[in-house]
Amino acid sequence: MATYNLKINGKMHETDADPSTPLLWVLREHLDMVGTKFGCGLAQCGACTVHLDDVATRSCVLPVSQVGNHEITTIEGLSEKGDHPVQKAWVEHDVAQCGYCQAGQIMTAAAFLKKNPNPSDEDIAAAMDGNICRCGTYLRIRAAVKSAAKS
Amino acid sequence: MSTNNSLNRRKFIKVSALTGGGMLLSFNLLTGCKPSVSEAAELPKEWFQFNGYLKIGDNGLITLMSPNPEIGQNVKTSMPMMVAEELDVNWKKVIVEQAPLNTDLYKPMQLAGGSNSISASWQTMRTAGATAREMLKQAAANEWKVPVSEIETIDGKLIHKASGKSADYGEFASAASKLTVPEKVALKKPKDFKIIGTSRKNVDGQKIATGKPLFGLDYKEEGMLIAMIVHPPAFGLQLKESDVSAIKSMPGIADAFFIDVYPDSKNKQWCDVAAFTKLLAVVGKSTWQVMQAKKTFKPETEPIKASSEKVNVFGTVTEVITPAGFENTTTHKQQMASISPKQVKTVRKDGDPEAAFKKASVIIERSYSCPFLAHNAMEPMNFFANVKDGQATLVGPVQTPSFMEKSVSDRLGIPLDKVEVKMTRMGGGFGRRLYGHFLVEAALISQKMKAPVKLIYTREDDMTNGVYRPAYYATYRAALDENKNLIAFHVKAGGIPENALMANRYPAGAVENYLAEEWAIPTNISVGAFRAPGSNFIAGAEQSFLDEVAEAMGKDPIEMRLELFEKAKSNPVGKNNDYNADRYAGVLKLVKEKSEWSKTQPGISRGVAAYFCHDSYVAHVFDISIKNNKPVIEKVTTAVDCGIVVNPDAATNLSEGAVTDAVGHAMFSGMTFTNGVPDQSNFDKYRMIRNSEAPKKIETHFVKNEIDPTGMGEPSGPPAIGALANALYKATGKRYYVQPFMIENQPIHS
Repeated sequence: MATYNLKINGKMHETDADPSTPLLWVLREHLDMVGTKFGCGLAQCGACTVHLDDVATRSCVLPVSQVGNHEITTIEGLSEKGDHPVQKAWVEHDVAQCGYCQAGQIMTAAAFLKKNPNPSDEDIAAAMDGNICRCGTYLRIRAAVKSAAKS
Repeated sequence: MSTNNSLNRRKFIKVSALTGGGMLLSFNLLTGCKPSVSEAAELPKEWFQFNGYLKIGDNGLITLMSPNPEIGQNVKTSMPMMVAEELDVNWKKVIVEQAPLNTDLYKPMQLAGGSNSISASWQTMRTAGATAREMLKQAAANEWKVPVSEIETIDGKLIHKASGKSADYGEFASAASKLTVPEKVALKKPKDFKIIGTSRKNVDGQKIATGKPLFGLDYKEEGMLIAMIVHPPAFGLQLKESDVSAIKSMPGIADAFFIDVYPDSKNKQWCDVAAFTKLLAVVGKSTWQVMQAKKTFKPETEPIKASSEKVNVFGTVTEVITPAGFENTTTHKQQMASISPKQVKTVRKDGDPEAAFKKASVIIERSYSCPFLAHNAMEPMNFFANVKDGQATLVGPVQTPSFMEKSVSDRLGIPLDKVEVKMTRMGGGFGRRLYGHFLVEAALISQKMKAPVKLIYTREDDMTNGVYRPAYYATYRAALDENKNLIAFHVKAGGIPENALMANRYPAGAVENYLAEEWAIPTNISVGAFRAPGSNFIAGAEQSFLDEVAEAMGKDPIEMRLELFEKAKSNPVGKNNDYNADRYAGVLKLVKEKSEWSKTQPGISRGVAAYFCHDSYVAHVFDISIKNNKPVIEKVTTAVDCGIVVNPDAATNLSEGAVTDAVGHAMFSGMTFTNGVPDQSNFDKYRMIRNSEAPKKIETHFVKNEIDPTGMGEPSGPPAIGALANALYKATGKRYYVQPFMIENQPIHS
């Protein structure tokens, strides 16, 4: 066990955890932030995506000991009022079916648009390829990313 | 239109006796389950309950209960819309809550499956709204001393034009809720619908986009422990109890012990399918610690013995045979391709198919197959259980809560009325969550620990645990005469351990000489329903085959199908044809028009297919191109006839998803086995469709009619596989018989 001070969504959080514990489980179980989802534990599905500084990162394979001073943003902190352009576009396009993967999709999309504010359709599809949606909402995900880019 | 109130007085009795306590409880069941209406809306000082589906606040705010489990099919929005329609309220003033499980109150069944949530509750839910509306009108008539027939309702207001009087529902909610429940109420005509048929956004859309706790995996209670299970590494094996003291001493571990999930099968229900019934349970403080501990366990196993058990499938006791041994996908393929006539059973025969095949000029014979599939809902199987003081409380994602309540009661020996199952939103199901062995497991673990526990499956536990889509196989034969007329049709469908034959569906009824046969090979790999069971294979096979038959007949594939429908309509063969040829032809005509089927575009290859399942009709035209040796689905044009569409944009979303889902599985996915061991256990090896592989565009068109709604969650998937295969043929000159169509890293032209 070790003590970690993590900056998450702009606030410092102190937690005791085994150094190998993935950030995902620290968020979900130690800090009660369950918006970040468990899907595969292998960085293959993207449900656990958070931002490490501005980079979309798979929290299910990132040991808490490696977070260091990097700032973490989760879906809960992407915007204060739930009105980040990507979140708004998700609601507007009524993207979700079951909704389980969508927090990860939104985090991937938000980090991507920060790097590439004017993406082509191909750029969007390629950027979102790491996030599985079992319900098959891929078309709406692309449409929502596109309208978020425009806004 | 008027209807007898199908809900009798007893079921409509006031809430105090019915759901009062449960209602309050469910209201704050999860921190994320706050009202769905804008957070700024002011809550009423008092609610008045009219029936199990609705209550009205003194300020006119409406709470509607959504009875069925929400699995992503959007029933939490679409079902309350039906109540709101008849109640005549402003949708913006509606709060939706997940109803508690109450099988006496919510009929016909609180279940997510078979695409029948909307159709089965079409009368019930509208009647619930209309009943309350009539009670409000009566209360106003009493107060205003005017005839009730002169009172109109609109947008949550009661209006008496002659006197100029009007009032919000809130003003009369108290008085109305105390009136006698009318036995008979008139329901609106479809032309008067204001909410049904308009697109309303997912009531949980904002919560999903902001990561609120909605799912079973997000549920937490004070003092809750985390539990995981270990099952044998292969089908055909069972765990032997062994020393687990080393696991118990690992950090954060509270206990480790073996559980017998279904030791006695005498009361087994259809939804109690479980490949592995003896499991190791590992319980601890945190998921990560339990995961680490469980990895160190080296299970001792022994081969299973062949067995048979009796299972209650909706009142019919069926025998399920489980053979011993370790199975292999290569052997399965050989077995399926070499079925002997002795194993085959005739299911339907019209005319004299043998004679017709003998005199045929041309006989076309083709075989199709598909592998086992894992459901792979994105939220792995999980459930919360708290068993104490002779009571069991379970919270989580399950498609069959009312059935699993019985299974838990039976296994734990706790009376049914002491078992409570609360439904959370589900991170997908696709049929996997019809089979709730994980509720029984969670309850057994909680009982042993005397503590609340949340059972969590890792992805590997989930993917290698069975309850797969069966492996299917079908051989089709068609006989053409010298004028290239179709004179006989033969389907012989099989699978492991069940077949996908739909003997009374098209083209049964349209061909003079018709033969449908079936066979099955038992397996110890457990299987279950997978989105559009059976249809998810047989539609693609049949529609690909008909494409070849049309080609051999020298006919356009749409025209050929339409001619057969004409025959089925004007002079049907046989009696039990379970489709409506007019509606079937209708979707083909619509897709033909909307896709501009007669036009050709350079670089685009097109395929068409249509199918009927879950009482709905769907046709697709796929436009594909080949880029870098890979197929690109440029556009899908879809025509759907599912009767009245309650929530069109949500239905469109479901249809798009079903197409993408079906295409993905047909192109890429499969579970294979080596000596009983699943070759895939996570998304590194199990190939799921990715964003860039989904269709670029899907255009969905609904047939406009006033027929009562039919299924929507499943019917769009099955025909997509046929349309894809037919388009691939046009693009590559190759027919696709074996799923998955795309073998990784292998160019499409090879």
